[in-house]
Amino acid sequence: MSTMPTKDHAELAGQFNADENRVDWHDETLWWIRQKRDKAVNQLPEWELLRETASKIKEHVLSNLGNYLEAFEANALANGVTVHWAADAKEHNEIVHQIIKNHGVNRMVKSKSMLTEECHLNEYLAENGIEVIDSDLGERIVQLAKEPPSHIVLPCIHKKKEEIGDLFHEHLGTPAGVSDPQILTETARQHLREVFLTRKIALTGVNFAVAETGEFVVCTNEGNADMGAHLSEVHIASMGIEKIIPKREHLGVFLRLLTRSATGQPITTYSSHYKRPRSGQQMHIVIVDNGRSVQLGRKDFRNSLKCIRCGACMNTCPVYRRSGGHSYHNAISGPIGSILAPNLDMEKYADLPFASTLCGSCSNVCPVKIDIHDQLYKWRQVIVKAGYTTKAKTASMKMMQWTLSSPGIYHVAGKAGRMVMKYAPFAVNNALNPWYKQRDMPKPPAESFDEWYKKNRGKK
Amino acid sequence: MTVGLFIPCYIDQFYPGAAIATLQLLEKLGVKVVYPPKQTCCGQPMANSGYEHLTTGCNELFIDNFSEFDYIVSPSGSCILHIKDHLHSEGRENEAAQVRRKVYELTEFLTDVLKVDHLDAVFPYKVGLHQSCHGQRGLKISQMTELVAEPFSKPVQLLNMVKGIELIPLSRQDECCGFGGTFCVAEEAVSVKMGVDRVSDHLEHGAEYITGADMSCLMHMEGILRRQGSKVKVLHIAEILNSSVQ
Amino acid sequence: MSSRGKILSAVRANQPELRALPDVEPLKAYSSQENLLGQLTTVATNIGAKVYEIKNLDEVKTVIQNNFGSGKRLVSTLSELGDIADTNEYLSDLPVQLADVELAILQSGLAVAENGAIWITEDQMGQRVLPFITQHLAIVVKTKNIVATMHDAYGSIGITTQGFGAFIAGPSKTADIEQSLVIGAHGPRSMSLFLLSED
Repeated sequence: MSTMPTKDHAELAGQFNADENRVDWHDETLWWIRQKRDKAVNQLPEWELLRETASKIKEHVLSNLGNYLEAFEANALANGVTVHWAADAKEHNEIVHQIIKNHGVNRMVKSKSMLTEECHLNEYLAENGIEVIDSDLGERIVQLAKEPPSHIVLPCIHKKKEEIGDLFHEHLGTPAGVSDPQILTETARQHLREVFLTRKIALTGVNFAVAETGEFVVCTNEGNADMGAHLSEVHIASMGIEKIIPKREHLGVFLRLLTRSATGQPITTYSSHYKRPRSGQQMHIVIVDNGRSVQLGRKDFRNSLKCIRCGACMNTCPVYRRSGGHSYHNAISGPIGSILAPNLDMEKYADLPFASTLCGSCSNVCPVKIDIHDQLYKWRQVIVKAGYTTKAKTASMKMMQWTLSSPGIYHVAGKAGRMVMKYAPFAVNNALNPWYKQRDMPKPPAESFDEWYKKNRGKK
Repeated sequence: MTVGLFIPCYIDQFYPGAAIATLQLLEKLGVKVVYPPKQTCCGQPMANSGYEHLTTGCNELFIDNFSEFDYIVSPSGSCILHIKDHLHSEGRENEAAQVRRKVYELTEFLTDVLKVDHLDAVFPYKVGLHQSCHGQRGLKISQMTELVAEPFSKPVQLLNMVKGIELIPLSRQDECCGFGGTFCVAEEAVSVKMGVDRVSDHLEHGAEYITGADMSCLMHMEGILRRQGSKVKVLHIAEILNSSVQ
Repeated sequence: MSSRGKILSAVRANQPELRALPDVEPLKAYSSQENLLGQLTTVATNIGAKVYEIKNLDEVKTVIQNNFGSGKRLVSTLSELGDIADTNEYLSDLPVQLADVELAILQSGLAVAENGAIWITEDQMGQRVLPFITQHLAIVVKTKNIVATMHDAYGSIGITTQGFGAFIAGPSKTADIEQSLVIGAHGPRSMSLFLLSED
């Protein structure tokens, strides 16, 4: 059914590592954000209680999601909003397309929505003759570069300002060689202002949807969601079913966590609460499943649906920082992407749960306490059992199993007979061995501990 | 009190010095230590590769070898974490649960069970401590920088009892070294880069030795140090704590 | 079955047993109620706002006259500022016709000390797009309306029946290009916060 990616994480990460200076730059930039996050969260003595509370609120929501979805829908309808339900990405895209067609236009402005990335909305609409312009600066940059975002909060974190300068020179007419972020941002401001003023349809994502009031909250720093939405005649908001929170007061918990975790800011510049359409305006909410209800049924993995898309797990991940978001070949990259993606397509994303050392930093920074690294471990078991692994690997694992289960075979005396010498990757001095390529092997000692023990303590 | 000494396969075969130091240190602290001869491996290399279902043999063997002891101690946080989290037995789940409760990584055994408050060790060098992730974030032998919580570190608590030692600070206190089991070969490029970065943090701060409670991380960093031709050495924390206990 | 029915029945089939909803009250115990004005001033300044402590609205006029020259379009929801800003005609404009507003002076009933966020509802915006489309934004809030944290903020605003409301914290900004902070992304290039203490 699904197609294997042409390149897996390890291969794409290898390409990224061909330029060590860029890896260092990428790593240091993201580590700096992790440090800003640390500084911000340490100002709140109640931080761990906040995380625990948020995690429990989400747990409660997931256990009562059916009722909350219906309550949210009823309240939204009462507010004069049109509510649509999309079982999958295709249906979501068709619904959005239909709304655009009904309004008789062929272009739209869109603020950041990872859901629409997941659904590949832009491609779908382009094929149907609808032009979409992404209005978040980072997203506009990757859109001009014809690339997907590499990070859910910082879409063009992989791009250097000189590369962005070149893109702006080509597409927006800045003078060649200009790479000052101030000038580039001003250029984008002028360019996108014209877009905001002329688009009749705006699509935004949803950070939180409040069941109690039927309102949804959108958080941005740039103000692009609000510029699009308030200038439009039709506002479409796309949300996954897991965006629900029970009450408005719970926003207090999540808004305190979101940006402190994401960038170290105390709150985004704009936290906009959309409840009713403006007089004369249409407001549509598209509620999307696309595999989420399946994930809800996976006991070991349902907690991944707690995610509030802050990106903290990416910033802290030592692998993400040194492999870049595109190496995950999925709309959502990094640790959280690696536990969400296999739910969508286990074969295509079989490599992602293995793109981790299981160091556990991701789970510690997660504002809703998702056990990310434990889920990575569990996905590995599921993926192997489902057969999405190589025969050679299975054979070598079986050989290891046989050796390690048999003390007699394992404890063969002398260097040459030692099991680790035969099977451990770091023990084979060979140019084809990935360990030996850039690392020396350990020096085999004269005797193993087992041999030493027999000689020195054996007679006791 | 009798302690069963669990020596992970790669320590047995490549780093007997770490195992000998662990044994001698425990003995000098008055503990009766037994090394069951039929032990092999905790099964983690298979489990972390997604083959936990192939670890039944290892699990049964581990229970056979160790269930009789009051405590099971090992100089490897990673292997102990695997036992604590994943050791199960279909026929003997009670015994498995007991084993999971009785296993200790060496430094937590010293601070929490033996309550060691004094060591006669002397080690007059600049030492960088690598906080191995499985020991730190898994077993919580040190506080984690991600959390808003009081800092502590069981390895540091012990190293501070060593005369003459100078613990160097690190820019990134608890970043992973990139070993990660089969990750080290499956994701060669990133693994090496992580190791190189980890090692340079220690080198930039003047470490003469890099130590830690997990030999596998040290093995990874040693592989990089030796390839760089560096004179800086890795030593398991047991070897420093045992350096001249009288 | 409709997608709605399919989704809801899949969700109900797969959702786990009901878990309790935790109480958010214990979090409120951590709110420091001391020196809220000082907390707010520090945080708002850190996020790029310009903070003025004032005793009356005439001081707002002085600041504005010193910082925004004549000939620019100034609008306000405060009737007291009718002599320096349009307080009426802009209300009947189309949203796009507000594109040339230089400065909007609005009033809010709530400021949050911990993050510098100011809560504004749509009736306080005049037009929804105004606080976003204006080149510069000024907000007047009374010092007695400063609360410590977001928990206190939601406690104070409850479930308002407004169709739209927003927390606004500082000027519009972005750091999408190499994490360099640039003020003035799509929204206001500056935000002046007037903290009004009444005698």
